[in-house]
Amino acid sequence: MKQKKFGIFIGKKIIRLIILLIVVCIASFWLVEQSPIDPVRAYIGEMSIQPEQRAILEEYWGVNTPSHEKFFNWAGNVLKGDLGISLIYRMPVTYVIKERFTASLILMASSWLLSGIVGFILGIIAGMKSGSLIDKAIKTYCYVLIATPTFWLALILLLVFSVYLGWFPVGLSVPIGLTSEEVTLFDRVQHLILPTLTLSVLGVAQIAMFTREKLIEILSSDYVLFAKARGEKGFDLVLRHGVRNVALPAITLQFLGFSELFGGAVLVEQVFSYPGIGQATVAAGLRSDVPLLLGIVLVSALFVFLGNLIADIIYEFIDPRIKQQETTT
Amino acid sequence: MLNNAEMNIEKRKEGEALLKIKDISLSFSQYVSGLRQTELKVISSLSMEAYSGEILAVVGSSGSGKSLLAHAILGILPSNAKLLGKMEYKGQELTQEKKEELRGKEIALIPQSVNYLDPLMRISDQVIGSVDERNAELMKQTQRDIFRKYDLKPDVDRMFPHELSGGMARRVLVSTALINSSKLIIADEPTPGLDEKNLNETLSYFRDMANKGCAVILITHDIEAALKISDKIAIFYAGTILEEANIEDFKNDGENLRHPYTRALWNALPQNKFQAIKGHQPMQDEIIDGCFFYERCSRRNELCSKGTPQLKMIKEGLVRCNNVS
Repeated sequence: MKQKKFGIFIGKKIIRLIILLIVVCIASFWLVEQSPIDPVRAYIGEMSIQPEQRAILEEYWGVNTPSHEKFFNWAGNVLKGDLGISLIYRMPVTYVIKERFTASLILMASSWLLSGIVGFILGIIAGMKSGSLIDKAIKTYCYVLIATPTFWLALILLLVFSVYLGWFPVGLSVPIGLTSEEVTLFDRVQHLILPTLTLSVLGVAQIAMFTREKLIEILSSDYVLFAKARGEKGFDLVLRHGVRNVALPAITLQFLGFSELFGGAVLVEQVFSYPGIGQATVAAGLRSDVPLLLGIVLVSALFVFLGNLIADIIYEFIDPRIKQQETTT
Repeated sequence: MLNNAEMNIEKRKEGEALLKIKDISLSFSQYVSGLRQTELKVISSLSMEAYSGEILAVVGSSGSGKSLLAHAILGILPSNAKLLGKMEYKGQELTQEKKEELRGKEIALIPQSVNYLDPLMRISDQVIGSVDERNAELMKQTQRDIFRKYDLKPDVDRMFPHELSGGMARRVLVSTALINSSKLIIADEPTPGLDEKNLNETLSYFRDMANKGCAVILITHDIEAALKISDKIAIFYAGTILEEANIEDFKNDGENLRHPYTRALWNALPQNKFQAIKGHQPMQDEIIDGCFFYERCSRRNELCSKGTPQLKMIKEGLVRCNNVS
């Protein structure tokens, strides 16, 4: 019964995903078509060429093929798993994305975890001591963070910790001038710290404010009143009833934040010259690498969808209250 | 039943009350339009006594602040509440610290509905409450014994509150008071929306508790339910108790009842005269100098509009009225 239910749920989600991807493909392809991108120019860069050579290249890149034909060619290849060749990296798009995405995933996962844990703890403290000095301090901290632009914070951290203090490298994900065998784990971690910190510091605010609000609401609920009437108090009470009831919605929110995580990564990677998917996106956009750009759009849509899917699963299948409603109706 | 009550009167003469409440008043400070603060008085000059082995029913209409009385005894009022007056438990003053120490142990609350249970905690953990690791095993055993007595099957232990039926929820809530073998049990509106059979069953749990030596305070708006099992009935009106009558005073035309309001309430019941009196209870923000029942009383005189009537002991019962003797 339960498995069947889950199967139906996943089936529906997959259909929705397919529709979403089709719409994303059409929309982004149309946008790229409308933009004044010249693939030949993107390919040759600043080189000057003869008109005959140009004609050959135009023929090769299919500049004069009608739009819909181009779209179906591309879409047909995408279905076969071929996203084309990146113009700026001169490598298959799938390969570029795989490489870049892995690098970003470490960055995003670590900052996602860090912001989730720190934000949750801060939110619990603020909610528990609501109205006190520590609550006000945490609230102020969150408001300031929410109003802070990511790139600005990244620059400040870079300035303080890398330039003045020299604790961390200024950019990139590995030291310059080493072969990949020579790079140690320590090197990688050291390069990861500042970008992770920047990305997570901003994520903290949202989850902390949410947890705080939710905990205050729970602490004024009837069941907490009854718990008090039964002699429970202080931190034990918050742990037994507060954390238990805040955790699920907070985790759900954190999964819904995947899109912001991706957006933040683009800016942070740019500032730290971190060779991840965000930096590749900017490069592809600025240098008219259409195949790569379209490939990244698809992958990021998939990524955000995955976050929402996990949030939905938690909501529908882990919360016992929802589970019950589903089975009775 | 009558025998029981007679025995209790004997006890009352000899024994000390377990809980004594003397002239308490409860008000909330509220901000109205900007920084102007007003006091909202919900309980005023309320006195009552609860004895071991007895059920005292506090009867009053819904929304008149009866629950707050329970919260005041347990010390779980919101922070903007101001509680004045004196409470004594076992002859000792019941301060806020004392309340915090006793609640959940000697003093237990039985809440109104399943909303008072943590929606994400399994029933057995919830009933057992917060205990030391060392006692966990023993408490689990006790909980199982109580559940067996109340005919709650083992699979109820692992359920969540929303999975309970109405009757099960009622028994689970009652169980929370039994597990700590409390001496004073305050049941807040425990019988709403129950059918005749469930109602009688629930009421019998309270009778059981009283027979085992607990003092039970039964807060309810259902005077008929209260009359079935209580030893004494306290009539709650506009934030105070107008009369504390023994159960056997409620008979015939109510000629043994002391306060005009109690008599009116008795005569308003369908099986009696089915006559309602005019008017409504004063609102909580009305400032009343004099008897709270003044506006609606048929026997009022000039004295009644000046100052709250003194609490008088008349025929084994307590009453706040100038016109009885």
